[in-house]
Amino acid sequence: MRFKHLHELNTICTAESKTIAQLMIEEQVQETNTPEADVVKQMSEYYQVMKEAVRKGLTEDTTSRSGLTGGDGKKMAEYIRQGETCSGDASALAMAYALCVSEVNASMGRIVATPTAGSCGIIPGVFISSQERFGWTDEHLVNGLFCAGAIGYVIANNSFISGAEGGCQAEVGSAIGMAAGAMVELRGGTPEQVVHAVGLALKNTLGLICDPVAGLVEIPCIVRNGLGAVTALAAADMALAGVRSAIPSDEVIDVMLEVGSAMPSRHRETAQGGLAQTPTGRKMMQKLAKPKAKRAEPEQELKPADSDTTTSGADNARVDKDNQV
Amino acid sequence: MRFKDVFSIIGPSMTGPSSSHTAGAARLGRIARQWLGCTPDRARLTLYGSFADTYQGHGTDLALIGGLLDYVTDDPRIPDAEQYAEEAGMEVEFYTSGLPAPHPNTVKIELWHGERACSLIGASIGGGSVSVHSMNDFRVQISGEFPTLVLRHADKAGVLASVTSTISSSGVNIGYMQVDRKARDGEALTAMEMDGVPNPDMLKRLRGLDHVLDIRVIDLKRGVDSDAI
Repeated sequence: MRFKHLHELNTICTAESKTIAQLMIEEQVQETNTPEADVVKQMSEYYQVMKEAVRKGLTEDTTSRSGLTGGDGKKMAEYIRQGETCSGDASALAMAYALCVSEVNASMGRIVATPTAGSCGIIPGVFISSQERFGWTDEHLVNGLFCAGAIGYVIANNSFISGAEGGCQAEVGSAIGMAAGAMVELRGGTPEQVVHAVGLALKNTLGLICDPVAGLVEIPCIVRNGLGAVTALAAADMALAGVRSAIPSDEVIDVMLEVGSAMPSRHRETAQGGLAQTPTGRKMMQKLAKPKAKRAEPEQELKPADSDTTTSGADNARVDKDNQV
Repeated sequence: MRFKDVFSIIGPSMTGPSSSHTAGAARLGRIARQWLGCTPDRARLTLYGSFADTYQGHGTDLALIGGLLDYVTDDPRIPDAEQYAEEAGMEVEFYTSGLPAPHPNTVKIELWHGERACSLIGASIGGGSVSVHSMNDFRVQISGEFPTLVLRHADKAGVLASVTSTISSSGVNIGYMQVDRKARDGEALTAMEMDGVPNPDMLKRLRGLDHVLDIRVIDLKRGVDSDAI
């Protein structure tokens, strides 16, 4: 890839009069030696999977395997139909769709990781609701996915995109930044505005911990996807209005890395802290803990061939009581 | 770069609920199955870190089993993988460990089929991307993003030269290569990520080289067992 940072995306696209989506497609073709038609086809298929997930969330049972979640996307859609929303119909619909996709995910349905499954609702929520609102073609939205992918590529390679590594800021936060930037490009904003939208969005999610109840991608993940879709729309609006990220967006990404690296492991998807360890969160976890009889704990030591890669030993050196038989 | 292209960010299309716990797990299972070269009779999986803590709620166990059955990340059979494993005659045991691991989402997979056995340690590093750290206790670093050749061979002078010249004469470029050995003159393992798909003729010629013990193809796009090539 010809870029590693957001400012490079802006510089190259501005100099060559290209959208970020066009640059991303060209770079993907070059990097993978795959014809452009195949690259675009792959992304188009992903977009159809996203639409199908929205449909499924609006019409089918999305009760999760744990039974903790499901049906909130439908509730939101019904609420929008019934009257005036507090946040405005555009925001509310993006939220409803994001909840739908996230619920389909929690129920082991089919989704596209954008960038992860825990954050899979935000981009479809923003994209599909905006497509209906503005009457855009699928082709336009597929370009938007390439733009979002370019932004995510920068974040992932300079910071992180998984909650286990960097907290929810890395997961839902990245998706919000990607959706915000892509939305700016879809609305005709400049690459520079796209970059500012990413920084504006990410600044609002810095420090967000990953604290899933019972370790499952349900509470609070689903709700954060819904709210994340609204944040993305808001950040896109700010950037399109000409608001700039006073701290350059690449530096915000570096801060995400700093904050996530300093985050204690109990706030990084281990369910050892945050909402997962509230009295109610603990009760839910206990209720769900049903180890299967054949499980055992032989304490088989793992000796990585490359011992240099051993990390966070103290964090992981605990006995897994939940799965003891 | 840990993430190499746009589809490592947007994608994969997958069965929920967690790209690390299900999509990544399915890919690790699939890599292990391809390393074995066929459907295992028996599988023993040891989970570490977050994998150990939450595998049941996330369906990580089902995704790993799905991978061992060569299912892609969005195969609709993953939620019922236990049943399909039973139908395939595959016996699966899960263990959890609280001991330190190279990454919070790490699994050790040991597989058997008749006399054949193999092991692998890999991690799910986020967004469905994976990194395999070791194969049969040899150090490797493969992502599964590219067609990968894994050769077991004797640690002898000239083996690698004949291997690479055989590959280059087939017109395929090697993108990344790693060699590790157990001891001087002992068994060695070479993993090579390729820009192109290894063809049957190349594999046949590689298998025929002196000191090459075994060769396997890891290719998540195609998912062909090496035995069949």
